[in-house]
Amino acid sequence: MDHFVDGNALAGSLRQVFRPDITTAEARCAGCGAVRPVADFRVYTAAPGAVARCAACGQVTLQLVQSPGALWLGMSGLSYLRFPPPGR
Amino acid sequence: MTVWQQARLVERLRETDSAVTLVFEPEEWSGHLAGQHADIRLTADDGYQAVRSYSLAGPVEEGRVVFTVQRVLGGEVSTYLCDDLPVGAYVEVRGPVGGWFVWRGTDTRPVMLLAGGSGIVPLQAMVRQRRALGSRVPFRLLYSVRTPEDVIYADELARPEGGVDVAVRYTREAPPGARRAPRRLGLVDLNTHGWPAEFEPMCFVCGPNGFVEAAANMLITLGHDRHRIKTERFG
Repeated sequence: MDHFVDGNALAGSLRQVFRPDITTAEARCAGCGAVRPVADFRVYTAAPGAVARCAACGQVTLQLVQSPGALWLGMSGLSYLRFPPPGR
Repeated sequence: MTVWQQARLVERLRETDSAVTLVFEPEEWSGHLAGQHADIRLTADDGYQAVRSYSLAGPVEEGRVVFTVQRVLGGEVSTYLCDDLPVGAYVEVRGPVGGWFVWRGTDTRPVMLLAGGSGIVPLQAMVRQRRALGSRVPFRLLYSVRTPEDVIYADELARPEGGVDVAVRYTREAPPGARRAPRRLGLVDLNTHGWPAEFEPMCFVCGPNGFVEAAANMLITLGHDRHRIKTERFG
């Protein structure tokens, strides 16, 4: 559990899903309510896929799995994403 | 670019015993911001694929993109890139990606760069971008590294351009005659080589998790607003 990177590492995979850069978006954790950029998530890649956790409370915020047939994105641990205007 | 494209390795340069700079020629690269990274994908003969994200080490030059890769013990991608990938071979790249940990030349605030180990790479990319732009934004770089042999970009850091202050601090072994005993970066180092919080600098911190955590906390202790502290960490 102690080997992790941060949300910056999700940028490439999530560009397949979101048109704006999601790592600059502010995310509200559904667990503790902290509002921080997605870039600040702690991302664990030892699992099949990537699991992102809130840096403040450890709640799973986002899961991303690339299977041979599809890309799966779970976001049940987020209450919202707020995207800044482009170019900020 | 969100799609994978082929990129040919055109040059490799040894930086330290464990870090190599790799210059790739992708099919098409429209440019990137300092601090951004790109994903590199390797595919084995049996179809097994591995993807890792690496910081771009400087601005694009004549269509070429530059990475500096630190060999991670047991790392399947970094060891292959550092030791085995021959010049002329192809990998797949996707990028640039990541718009958060970036310095834009249009931002005129002073810049404080805190690097731990190979965390120097995206930060030196910012210094190189500043140079490419002819920017006069004042930069301070504080680089914490284990031993003098581990210093990446040592020659370049030894003669920084005007407006860029560089301080290297050692954690395990200092050069002969150094007055500071080797130890981890502390408040006194940030006080001596950083900007006062009143200058409202943009602070970029990159390195291993422990380093980033400690350095960011010290910046907050010194009164820096957490909204002006951007971090990038690797496991």
